[in-house]
Amino acid sequence: MSGATLRHIRHVVATNPVTLAAVLLFAAILLAALLGARLAPLDPLQTDVARALRPPSAVNWFGTDHLGRDVFSRTLVATRLDLLIAVSAVSLSFVAGCAVGALTGYFGGLADRVVGRLVDVLMAFPLFVLAMAMVAALGNTVANIIYATAIINLPFYIRFARAEVNLRRAAGYVLSARLAGASDGRILARVLVPNIMPVMVVQMSLNMGWAILNAAGLSFIGMGVKPPTPEWGIMVAQGASHVTSGHWWVALFPGLALVVTVFAFNLLGDGLRDIVDPRRRT
Amino acid sequence: MGRVSLRFVLGRVLAALPVLAGVVVLTFVLMRLLPADPAAFYATGPAMGPAEVEALRRQLGLDRTVAEQLLIYLRDLGTGNLGRSMVTGQPVTEDLALRLPASVELTIAGFLLALLVALPLGILAATRPDSAIDHLTRVIATTGVSMPTFVTGLVLIFVFYFLLGWAPDPTSRYDLFLPQSPRLTGFLTLDTLVDGNWEQFGAVAARLVLPAATMALFAIAPLARMTRASMLAALQGDFVRTARALGLSPAKVLLTYALRNALIPVVTMMGMVLSYMLGANVLVEKVFAWPGIGSYALDALVASDYAPVQGFVLVVAAIFVVLNLVVDLVYAAVDPRVGLG
Repeated sequence: MSGATLRHIRHVVATNPVTLAAVLLFAAILLAALLGARLAPLDPLQTDVARALRPPSAVNWFGTDHLGRDVFSRTLVATRLDLLIAVSAVSLSFVAGCAVGALTGYFGGLADRVVGRLVDVLMAFPLFVLAMAMVAALGNTVANIIYATAIINLPFYIRFARAEVNLRRAAGYVLSARLAGASDGRILARVLVPNIMPVMVVQMSLNMGWAILNAAGLSFIGMGVKPPTPEWGIMVAQGASHVTSGHWWVALFPGLALVVTVFAFNLLGDGLRDIVDPRRRT
Repeated sequence: MGRVSLRFVLGRVLAALPVLAGVVVLTFVLMRLLPADPAAFYATGPAMGPAEVEALRRQLGLDRTVAEQLLIYLRDLGTGNLGRSMVTGQPVTEDLALRLPASVELTIAGFLLALLVALPLGILAATRPDSAIDHLTRVIATTGVSMPTFVTGLVLIFVFYFLLGWAPDPTSRYDLFLPQSPRLTGFLTLDTLVDGNWEQFGAVAARLVLPAATMALFAIAPLARMTRASMLAALQGDFVRTARALGLSPAKVLLTYALRNALIPVVTMMGMVLSYMLGANVLVEKVFAWPGIGSYALDALVASDYAPVQGFVLVVAAIFVVLNLVVDLVYAAVDPRVGLG
């Protein structure tokens, strides 16, 4: 990273304190994901029916659920699983989408048209419903939630990478690389892909929050993660039936964790976009 | 508006057909091929021996080749046969037709509510960039896309039902103790209005508010952001400067000239938002126990009853393709540059 880039980043962060806040928030979430199990004050799986549905107190900061488990510990420990699902899914669609999009955007032809049609069909489905159907078809496991989330995100990455490569395939630096005798493979791998990386990474960070929401939505309707595993979506689902009787804390705190995490990722994505591509700011 | 030619409409309809065909085939692949053997799902009972499983497979047509199965599936589709639900015992087509109005009514209500808030908010933010209302719009937008619909719904239920007691309890679409209106459209707001059943209409509307608001909260963000961005661009256009120089009133410049031009990308965004709402339906219907097609598919999914899920996915995807077609046509009607061909 050059000195000019660092100065630019410092400038962006200084003029937009929200981005700095997002970075700090992101660091805290990352810490919870890495150390959650050690930081948790109580065992997230320990049930104690005598202490069921207690409101937040000094012992149970977020109260206890219908089985007397500590909601704070469960919310904290769940961070890792929720992030793991989203990060794996988005990484998969990022890698596959970049590869397919770059190849079709560079070579064009029949493969480009076929992939374009397939992408059209995938995008003709409401994506959450498609993910739901896929998990139902593939089997109800966490791995399949990851695959389903990756597949419904794939069309966006393919389209984006294709458009960005297509835009640059006749750029001066590509032509000069070709004149210097570089093969198609070398131009793609060494010239084009590194050039589209910054915009793709921004796209990925903007997409991450959505992937978390999607995965949590799937587990909320009872797919993938099985009880008693702590996971935000399933915790909200378990607390949902207690909301109408006033036991709000069981569903609210994991829901809040979800909102804060997605919020942090969205702000971070906006900040990254301002650093990489200031013109797209809305 | 009259410029949208018949040829353009036909061209768009024809272009939607391959996508629709792809949707049908993909739904078939998802539901028939991916689970190793649907019969094995049904055959979990202790009474099911290999012979019974084989009989079930034959009954479901699973002993035929994939191509034959696809043909049978297409023939069934052509005759409106989506199979039979194991849970309700009814044909899936009937079940879906019975529940679809509830989902559509909820989606439309949520969408209109979102437009009602998002358009004025976006316009105000664009006319006063960097003002308090602009920042408010940005905060609402970022918060809106960060809120999972199932959490928003629960928070609304807690505040408006439990704490304030303003909302009726979130378990049905109408008041069970009031006389019901005869079913005409399945849209309870319309049915009760036609019937002149004002008391029930009030009950129905009151039960629609919270789920519709839940749907709207997520939809406001992209709509308001897009309205603001494209209004901002339109207001800097030469035609707005000319209109102002000619002495037209600010309201006329804003609403007639700038807004009509700014609406074009907003219409595209509306299509995306509506499609998102069709998917979000599932979650909102679960939270509010709303008897639509989403909760129907969920119940079936839990019971490993796959015909309703398949029918649901197909119906929603078909609605979505048609919706995008409509957006294309509206786009052509709003933007004079499209649709001359």
